[in-house]
Order: sequence, then C-alpha cells, then structure tokens
Amino acid sequence: MEGDIVQMGAYIGAGLACTGMGGAAVGVGHVVGNFLLGALRNPSAAAGQTATMFIGIAFAEALGIFSFLVALLLMFAV
Amino acid sequence: MAAEEHSEGLAFHPMDQFIVRPLGGGDELSFFTVSNAALWMAITVLAATLLFVLGTRGRAIVPTRIQSVAELAYGFIHKMVEDIAGKDALKFFPYVFTLFLFILFSNVLGLLPMAFTPTSHIAVTAVLAMAVFLTVTIVGFYVNGLKFLGLFWVSSAPLVLRPILALIEVISYFVRPVSHSIRLAGNMMAGHAVIKVFAAFTPLILISAVGVAVTPLSIIAITAMYGLEVLVAFIQAYVFTILTCVYLKDALHPGH
Repeated sequence: MEGDIVQMGAYIGAGLACTGMGGAAVGVGHVVGNFLLGALRNPSAAAGQTATMFIGIAFAEALGIFSFLVALLLMFAV
Repeated sequence: MAAEEHSEGLAFHPMDQFIVRPLGGGDELSFFTVSNAALWMAITVLAATLLFVLGTRGRAIVPTRIQSVAELAYGFIHKMVEDIAGKDALKFFPYVFTLFLFILFSNVLGLLPMAFTPTSHIAVTAVLAMAVFLTVTIVGFYVNGLKFLGLFWVSSAPLVLRPILALIEVISYFVRPVSHSIRLAGNMMAGHAVIKVFAAFTPLILISAVGVAVTPLSIIAITAMYGLEVLVAFIQAYVFTILTCVYLKDALHPGH
C-alpha cells in the first residue's frame, strides 16, 4: 500500500516535471525569434552569427533537459 | 519493465527499440557479449571510415560526389574549430572531427528501419561527454597552470558579487558533462519514441472503425516526424561539436 502511494507520487512528479519543457520551449523560441529579428534588419551580419545562435539554443535547452532528467530519475531511480 | 507493460491498444511498446540484446539470441549480457549496440557502433565507424577512404582515394582537382562530401565535412568542422576555439585549437581538430563524424553517422544510420541508435543511450553519450570534459580540464590546467581557475573568478564583476558568481560558475562547469550527454541522448531517444508511438497506432484500422481516421493521420505524422528527425540528427551532432569547441576555447583562453 505504502509502496503504491510512493509510486503514484513518483509518476505524478514525473508528469509534473514535463512542464519544465514548456520553459525550454519558450527559451528556444525567444533565442531564435530575436536572432531572426536581428537577421532581417541586417542580413549581411546574420551568417556569421548562426553559430552563436546554436550555442544560445543549446544553453536554453539544457535547462529543459534537467526537467527530463528529473522525470527519468523519478521513473527509474526512486 | 518494457516487456510486461504492453498496453492494450499498442501493437508494440515504443521503448522496445532501445533494448540492448546479444546478437546471437537469448538475453544474457556480459562484458564481452557482442550486442546490437556494438554492431551498430561498428557499422558507424565503418561507414565514416569508408566515406573518407573512398573520398580521398582519387584526390582529383574536380572532385567526384563522394570526394566533395568528404571535403565539405572536413572544411565545415575545420572552420568551426578555427572560428570558435581559435587557431591554436587546431591541434584538437582530429579529435573534434572524430566526435562529429561518430555522432553524425550513428544518428543518421539509426534512422534506418530496424536499426539501433547507439547515441540514444546515455551510457554511450556520457562516455563521449566525460572524455570531452576531462580533455578540457586537463588541457586547461596544462596550458594555463593555476591561472585556469580564473575562469571561475569573474574579474569584470564588482568585488561583492564575485564569490557568488564563482559559486555559480563552478556549478555550471561541473554540470557541463551532464547536459552535454543528456541533450544528445534525450533528443535521439525522444524522436525515435515519438515515431514508434505513431507507428503503433497505424494498425488500428485492422481492429476498429476509429482506425479509418487514425491510420492515415498517423502515417502522415510518421512522415513528418521522420523529416524532422533527419534535421535533428544533423543539428544534434553539430551542437555537440560546437559545444566541444566552446569548452576548448574556455580551456585555452580562460579570460572572460
């Protein structure tokens, strides 16, 4: 019985951890949106900055990955 | 857990594709068992080697198709290392290029039907990321000595803020291998699992009337997801390599 409740809590927690992906989605969208905004104003400078954009995406995405990590830990390690 | 938790509606479990199995049948895995993971890693290495052996054989002035692919890949990564990590990082170019090719080929080959994707396993990507982390740390201390610790001491910030910033910098430094490895594995695993979830819905037309609507929709969804996955396979290899370059830059020029 107690184990069932713990498992239920772990599953609910894993589901809740997925809301963190929404934050990562907002972050990635913000980075790319602002890049595009700048790129359309000054297209000649855009090509040199795509690498910076991908680094920014990777850092924004990393925090979404941590929510995925929490979900994985709750599913398999708790 | 995957084996006994098949739900009623799905024809197979979407996570079944990630199970590591011995090639000879059975399910006992020891340290030296040749598994499907080992097989696909070998195919990956073989394919990457083949591309460059065949690509550099002719060395024509007007390149053949395979030679121009090899040249494009080489030039792309060479320019990335030079632009991001600086000219003196070019001694690490062979390492970075090897990482890129291994990840790219295993991502792309994993998209073949019935294939296994080695990079969808954290065990594989964690080794790659730890190797990068250790390389960067050792190189940082070797090149800069104790000045490498200046990476954590942000000298451009006000003095009051510096200890707090140092703490944040130390944490973010040690979190690098975690995010570096899980980003790749998570992206690969999630994309493949989504494709398999839709694939499991397709045979619904044989069972019930709802299938008339669901089956065409899921076939369209698989096609669209597959297209996205081809893009993701390339972008994740690119992101892993570019982050390696950024970390190398930190190790060689630790000033902010």
